[in-house]
Amino acid sequence: MTVLVLVELDGGAPADASLRALTLARSLGDVNAVVFADAAPQDTLAGYGVTDVYLVESSSLEGYAPQAWARTLGGLATETGATAVLAAGTDRGNEVLAHLGAITGLPMAANCTLVTPDGGQTHRLVRHRWAGLLLEDAVMEAPVALFTVATDSVAAVPAETLTSPQVHVHKPELAEADLVVRAVESPAGAGGASLATARVVVGGGRGVGGPEGFASLEQLAELLGGVVGVSRVVTSEGWRPHKQQVGQTGTKITPELYLACGISGAIQHIAGCAGAKHIIAINTDPGAPILAHADYAVIGDLHQVIPALVEALRARLR
Amino acid sequence: MEILVCIKRVPTVGGKIAVTPDGQEVDTRASGFSISPHEECAVEEAVQITERDGGSVSVLTLGPEAAVEQLRGALALGAHRAVLLETDGREFGPIATAAAIAAEVRAHPYDLVLLGNEAADTGDYQVGVRLAHELGWPVATGIKNLSVSEAGVVARREYRGMEEAYSLPLPAVVTVKEGINLPRYPSLPGRLRAKRAAVDRSAPEWAGEGMRKEALRVPESSKHQAEVLGEGVDAVPGLVRVLEEWGVLS
Repeated sequence: MTVLVLVELDGGAPADASLRALTLARSLGDVNAVVFADAAPQDTLAGYGVTDVYLVESSSLEGYAPQAWARTLGGLATETGATAVLAAGTDRGNEVLAHLGAITGLPMAANCTLVTPDGGQTHRLVRHRWAGLLLEDAVMEAPVALFTVATDSVAAVPAETLTSPQVHVHKPELAEADLVVRAVESPAGAGGASLATARVVVGGGRGVGGPEGFASLEQLAELLGGVVGVSRVVTSEGWRPHKQQVGQTGTKITPELYLACGISGAIQHIAGCAGAKHIIAINTDPGAPILAHADYAVIGDLHQVIPALVEALRARLR
Repeated sequence: MEILVCIKRVPTVGGKIAVTPDGQEVDTRASGFSISPHEECAVEEAVQITERDGGSVSVLTLGPEAAVEQLRGALALGAHRAVLLETDGREFGPIATAAAIAAEVRAHPYDLVLLGNEAADTGDYQVGVRLAHELGWPVATGIKNLSVSEAGVVARREYRGMEEAYSLPLPAVVTVKEGINLPRYPSLPGRLRAKRAAVDRSAPEWAGEGMRKEALRVPESSKHQAEVLGEGVDAVPGLVRVLEEWGVLS
């Protein structure tokens, strides 16, 4: 059985979220990757057990056009007889698979954490609801199962044995209407973009007290090679831009360390940071809900603890 | 500019989320109801556009009779007309939801349909796209900046540090995310007007889809109550030790 995976690239290499999708895909059949680029990251794809790579070059489709990407995946699914088409649960992955669902009339399941074939055209799956605060057990009946893989739940694990993927340059058949909506890209300001993939995130909430309070969090983030993230109240108050928000309506993060400072831990915030490997909370309130989700806690005022921590880390560097 | 905004009544969850004993729904005995922040922003965006350029805002929800509460909430913020697509309590899947909204759109000359990027509860990430395909309209999703003119809309979002700009001819479907604006609070005259406003009603047919829910459950957390390292600055040496252990200090 063949399954197709849309692989997004991040600076030429497969995006972390796509590696997670490839990991889940391996349990379903022979993995064929679809890459929209002029060159495929073959070594990484070989490490993840990909047998075939379909390369859609910029000469046949330049830039991101969601409906055209979906049409291309649909064409390849037919050509390869794929039983499933997967993408990462990113903005693009969810969008492209929604288009493919609409084009084919098939159901699409967003943000799955587990998918199991159950004979015939049936797949049993577990997916996120409420941004992962709840799990849904569901059954999908469809000739081709369309789904995306949650970006913060399935770990990216290389295959046990290397493959040597065959690369096929693919020229999709597109209609004019597929190209009406397409992205024109330009560099954006720094910030939110790296939040989703940062190794360390220093989070600030209401306890930071105002826009000035973030200076010490920025210093700490820099020392740890990380970035600053914030809770919803901080963006609603206009202290920091929305693209720094961690949570259900902001960014979902997957760092090694999340240091939550002055964040009480509303459930919508937990939805955004539950994918962190380690969580430390700094809070004046020992009863704050965030403590139920953290490994360690410091009970105290972040305005004293953070500068002291910054000083200790600087002393360590000297 | 005639704009339709689609919203959804969902439980307001704060500190905890629980499931009913039959595993079919979120336990709402102790919670109120609201719409998602994405949708609050969709309503605000539509109201701002019509305040500037004229036209009117209709707000629509697919849900039970009780969802009139959320429609009135949107009217209080400046929407002009409310449409309830009344359900019998069964959950409509994304395909049936898009079809029901499409029927309303075909019956009125809308230029623009705004939705939240995804519903807070089901998180299907597809109703806007399916609606656009039903109508044969262009669609942009996850939008954080929108400019509207007679010629069309330019919709922007960010992707991996780049800004993406999409130019769409009208009529079009756009799904938005929180951050596109800061929603206003309802005014007192707005609330009074909303209270008296009529609500258009119809009842679309429920239809099954290729995917069906079996049960909802709360995921098991890998974390337990945090171990307290100490109080105030006295805890800093312990904190540094933990960071060293985890290998986050390079």
